[in-house]
Amino acid sequence: MTTIDVRGLTKRYGPDTVVDDLSFTVAPGQVTGFLGPNGAGKSTTMKMIMGLAAPTRGSATIGGRRYRDLPVPLAEVGALLDAGAVHGDRKAYDHLLALAVSNGLPRRRAGEVLARTGLEGVAGKRAGGFSLGMRQRLGIAAALLGDPAVLIFDEPVNGLDPEGIRWIRDFMRSLAREGRAVLVSSHLMSEMAQTADHLVVIGRGRLIADIGMSEFLRAGGEGTVLVRTPEPGAFARRLTSAGATVRGGPESSLVVSGLTSGEIGKLAAYHGVELSELTPQRPSLEDAFMELTKDSVEYQGASA
Amino acid sequence: MSSPKVTFGRLLLAEWIKLRGLRSTWYTLACLFAVGLGITFLTMSSAGADYASATAAERQEWDPTGLSLTTYIVAQLIIGVAGILVVTSEYATGLMRTTLAATPRRHLLLAAKVVVAAAVAVVAGQALMFASFFLGQALLAGQGVPYARPGGEGVLSAVAGGGLYLAAIALLSIGLGTIMRATAGALATLVGIVFLVPAVAGIFPSWLQGLVTFWPTRGAAAVLATVPDPAYPHPWLNLGGMCLGVAAVLAAAFVVFRRRDV
Ligand SMILES: Nc1ncnc2c1ncn2[C@@H]1O[C@H](COP(=O)(O)OP(=O)(O)OP(=O)(O)O)[C@@H](O)[C@H]1O
Ligand SMILES: [Mg+2]
Repeated sequence: MTTIDVRGLTKRYGPDTVVDDLSFTVAPGQVTGFLGPNGAGKSTTMKMIMGLAAPTRGSATIGGRRYRDLPVPLAEVGALLDAGAVHGDRKAYDHLLALAVSNGLPRRRAGEVLARTGLEGVAGKRAGGFSLGMRQRLGIAAALLGDPAVLIFDEPVNGLDPEGIRWIRDFMRSLAREGRAVLVSSHLMSEMAQTADHLVVIGRGRLIADIGMSEFLRAGGEGTVLVRTPEPGAFARRLTSAGATVRGGPESSLVVSGLTSGEIGKLAAYHGVELSELTPQRPSLEDAFMELTKDSVEYQGASA
Repeated sequence: MSSPKVTFGRLLLAEWIKLRGLRSTWYTLACLFAVGLGITFLTMSSAGADYASATAAERQEWDPTGLSLTTYIVAQLIIGVAGILVVTSEYATGLMRTTLAATPRRHLLLAAKVVVAAAVAVVAGQALMFASFFLGQALLAGQGVPYARPGGEGVLSAVAGGGLYLAAIALLSIGLGTIMRATAGALATLVGIVFLVPAVAGIFPSWLQGLVTFWPTRGAAAVLATVPDPAYPHPWLNLGGMCLGVAAVLAAAFVVFRRRDV
């Protein structure tokens, strides 16, 4: 059960504090979404976890050890930081073989990960001719070489078509089901909703939220209920007197908050009101995100 | 392979797999021999006429070995480009991050790159120098002018020295590539070192002239001659001086490579 532990991680580039006292944990067996707008410091944080950039302060450890102290790095952490990071003149198989050999992994691993990522047909092809989706798969194949318990992916779906996005999403889920700790960054909330079990949200290098997905959705506030009835005006008055807040929705529908759909249905039955639609509306992810981050955004606006 | 672990031997093998899998490696080597031997062929084809019109004093200085090795001047640039690319091509593609993620002990990684590239450069450099020597002597013999034999005085030393000189330039290039991280910058610096500085060295102040003694294309290349140059009585010392300079550049490369973010 390997976890990533980030404690007080800070990175300065000159006068800019790009990552600011960040602490969070990536637990095994789930996908942790690492979310933040462009320039929030996601890639920088991942590089510090991987020992590629030196923290100004704080630490990042994998199973209690710093990355550079891992005896067999590929067997502990697999990472895809940049899909373009292959030499275009090198064959996919050679790329993987060299990585496997450097860590003393069995040579057959190169073929195995090519098969797992569906690239066995192009093993002998040079990576320069690969589509973005194939490069993405090759990067994931490299990450899987050592069968690591921790996986780190930086914006893995960027630029992929819907089929590629779905493949990667399912792949992450299956990696987490196998008990691995999976950290995936993205700047798209909607993307994370379908992949992540847990969210770490940062903005301008600071931690905004470290929260379970379901809790995050609840934090977005109560949902509303969309109601359609032939007599909206009269029913709206009854709803308001029952304690609900009613707004007019599209096409003379009613958007009701403060009552559940069950309560609204009972109220309608009691008064003999005919309903043509009664639909609970879940809060949108973007709404939930705004709700959650509004304090830190205001705070940042004031401090900036 | 036994238990997984990063060892220097495994890094050497990995770097070799990376290098041999690139077509550009083999194209560069092919280019090295085509251009290197082509230049030897062209210079030696006219050497017979030069000898015929030479004065007695010039004939005293006649150095068939040195003449057949002048191709080193261009060969060092080709070998240098190959050395630079060993490092900069990984930076250009972002592959350096993947490599360092697999091998976080950076000094070991760079050492492996240096050793593999040096081994290739020594073999290629020696092969080119010997091939150039034999081609050059055959052309001289065909024109009926004095030529050298492998057993002749100073011949082996000059030819082998040329191969070592080229290998040292390859190491210098790896150092430059590591420090500059970009092909263009490293190549410009290399050209400055091996061509520009020697060309303008005449206008240097006297306290800098000592450097010229050990400089590539100048004093350090004195080992490639069999007729001693009075300015450089101990040519192997001059080459040794250049190697110290190369070692200093490599040491700087190791320091920055360990420290810098990628
Ligand atoms: N080497 C560097 N030198 C100076 N500033 C840097 C460097 N690397 C990153 N930065 C700055 O750090 C900030 C965070 O960058 P980072 O790439 O970590 O963001 P990100 O969250 O990954 O963004 P994106 O979603 O666009 O990938 C940016 O403002 C960037 O300009
Ligand atoms: Mg990024």
